[in-house]
Amino acid sequence: MSTRIDVRKTYKLFIGGAFPRSESGYSYVVNDHKGAFVANAALASRKDARDAVGAARKAQSGWAGRTAYNRAQILYRVAEVMEDRRWQFVQAVQQSEGLSGSKAERVVDEAVDRWVWYAGWADKLAQVVGNANPVAGPFFNLSTPEPTGVVAVLAPERSSLLGLVSVLAPVIVSGNTAVLVSSYSRPLPAVNLAEVLATSDVPGGVVNILTGKAATVAPWLAAHMDVNAIDLTGVAGDAALATDLEVAAADNLKRVRRAPAAEPDWSAEPGLEPMTAFLETKTVWHPMGV
Amino acid sequence: MSIFEYAPAPESRAIVDIKGSYGLFVNGEFTDGHGTPFKTVNPATEEVLAEVAEADASDVDAAVKAARKAYDKVWGPMPGRERAKYLYRIARILQERAREISVLETIDNGKPIKESRDVDVPTAAAFFFYYAGWADKLEHSGYGSTPLGVAGQVIPWNFPLLMLAWKIAPALACGNTVVLKPAETTPLTALLFAEICQQADLPPGVVNIITGAGATGETLVGHPGIDKVAFTGSTGVGKAIARTVAGSDKKITLELGGKAANIVFDDAPMDQAIEGIVNGIFFNQGHVCCAGSRLLVQESVADEVLERLKRRMSTLRLGDPLDKNTDVGAINSAAQLARIHELSDVGEAEGAGRWSPECELPANGFWFPPTVFTGVSQAHRIAREEIFGPVLSVLTFRTPSEAVEKANNTPYGLSAGIWTDKGSRILDIAGRLRAGVVWANTFNKFDPTSPFGGYKESGYGREGGRHGLAAYLKGADA
Repeated sequence: MSTRIDVRKTYKLFIGGAFPRSESGYSYVVNDHKGAFVANAALASRKDARDAVGAARKAQSGWAGRTAYNRAQILYRVAEVMEDRRWQFVQAVQQSEGLSGSKAERVVDEAVDRWVWYAGWADKLAQVVGNANPVAGPFFNLSTPEPTGVVAVLAPERSSLLGLVSVLAPVIVSGNTAVLVSSYSRPLPAVNLAEVLATSDVPGGVVNILTGKAATVAPWLAAHMDVNAIDLTGVAGDAALATDLEVAAADNLKRVRRAPAAEPDWSAEPGLEPMTAFLETKTVWHPMGV
Repeated sequence: MSIFEYAPAPESRAIVDIKGSYGLFVNGEFTDGHGTPFKTVNPATEEVLAEVAEADASDVDAAVKAARKAYDKVWGPMPGRERAKYLYRIARILQERAREISVLETIDNGKPIKESRDVDVPTAAAFFFYYAGWADKLEHSGYGSTPLGVAGQVIPWNFPLLMLAWKIAPALACGNTVVLKPAETTPLTALLFAEICQQADLPPGVVNIITGAGATGETLVGHPGIDKVAFTGSTGVGKAIARTVAGSDKKITLELGGKAANIVFDDAPMDQAIEGIVNGIFFNQGHVCCAGSRLLVQESVADEVLERLKRRMSTLRLGDPLDKNTDVGAINSAAQLARIHELSDVGEAEGAGRWSPECELPANGFWFPPTVFTGVSQAHRIAREEIFGPVLSVLTFRTPSEAVEKANNTPYGLSAGIWTDKGSRILDIAGRLRAGVVWANTFNKFDPTSPFGGYKESGYGREGGRHGLAAYLKGADA
């Protein structure tokens, strides 16, 4: 009897709820932390980035229009499905980051818990960051948060799963849609996450994941006039590239979450800032008594 | 043809003492500038009011250093409750000297005295009073209580003192010190404010006022010694500033242009709506970033609205800004008047119908009559570009969705208006408009407790209210 040959997975992009290869036809070799070949990942191109922005724009108003309760349940569902595939993620994180088994397990558990944490924020954020304003006149006056729109996210280079979840969940929880560029050298957990998102009732286009080089894809996203904001976390430590991207982002006054000097400690509780960075405040006035 | 004849009712300018020349206010003292002095004129008469110093790079540097020293030694370490008392003092002096400041504002800016008296100056005082109370309560704001350091602030000419208050009050309340540059055509109330800081015994260097034009502002926002840039002005300059600060640690807030839609539905309370349309576009000669410059009227009531609007416009009184009966004052500068003429001519050339009430323009000064354009399409430049003058473009729509689509069809997103008596429609439309401030059955209302600021290319960050603190505290997103 011959040994069974395993069936290997093709790692593809995630755009508009579908898993296409790069339209460019390019892929690149992904090695594990020891340098051994794991897979060929799709190398996202400028056209892929534009397609992803189109999908994100199309999905945005519908996603923002869901009730906060519904978004909360969907984010929680992501956690459920991830937990269900826990071993797959542990293996992927081990492979990518070279962590020991127990450390990788802890990272995956934290990533699942982070989805749960953010899921709970969906229907609380407006209460914490919005408020009534006691204006000096007979007016009802209320300030509430609204999503900024389409957000480009450069995911961290090193933390392939926990860091990835930590920059993605806060963007979509409030009703933004995301075009995310994964870690270049450790992209496979991002593709696994895409497969979770595709089976967690997250509407197509709400999250779009591009595997490839931030240095080549991000400039198109930073300059794209239909992208409303950009998170530069993924280029932490590359001040020159971060500055170029921020300059390009000024063309349509994108909201910019600047790159830190070094990748942060992802195990710390995130606080509100990752969410509020991609919110607008809308203030509505109405007269009272006339 | 007016029903009532009005006798002239000019406010006396004797209350104001305008000096022949003004220096910069750095480290608590007035100093000479090292640039080329420039003149500020009364736009209603073209009379030269005073010569004003221009801050060059060395002056900007001195101001930033003074602000840094005051931050390190005095203002930063001072307990919030003591900072608060200085801000309360300033609020009180603004109220005490309100009449003098209003007259000076009207002379330097051209806006009607009833607006500087009833809006600009009292609201400026209210901003200081409101933010004074935050100074010792920041840990309850949700944004922490750590100041940024030195703020570089650049403000426009449309609400000179009020924009100064929007900038300085929250900055100081949070424990920052400031270097502020007023617009080159309207520096006088900022320099009077410097005197008020002296009267309040505000420690030297906490507030520094430097005068000059665009080059001075550029030097300030590019100065490596500041931690924060706050700018109100055009979207073009806002983008340039965003590029300048890219790659730095400077926090930035931008309050930029707008092309607000004022949407009138067929069931609108018509009397209030007409007043709201007029207030929306002719308040402050339309020199308002959140002006309701695109009127979207439901087709079924368009004729009625236009007829009533024109009748109301015919009663607007244009003329001497110091006259207490004046509704429409002078355009702030020759350059701005040229811009309004240019875009209005383009509107006519592109085929829109132009109408203004009969109205005699004074022989001297810069004037533009209240103007309405009908038959405007979304492609017309007067429907797309900010005119920043008393010029209204009228478009029509049939369904609420069409109104929302047209209202949002702009790179701007500062403000919007909705006029309808149906509550559920207000809430639905307000939710779908991409604008930072939505006025429903009212327009152009401002209050220190109410956050103001835009979506998209109208800038980022909020001024006013609890949200306005985020712009001046470390770690808080703004």
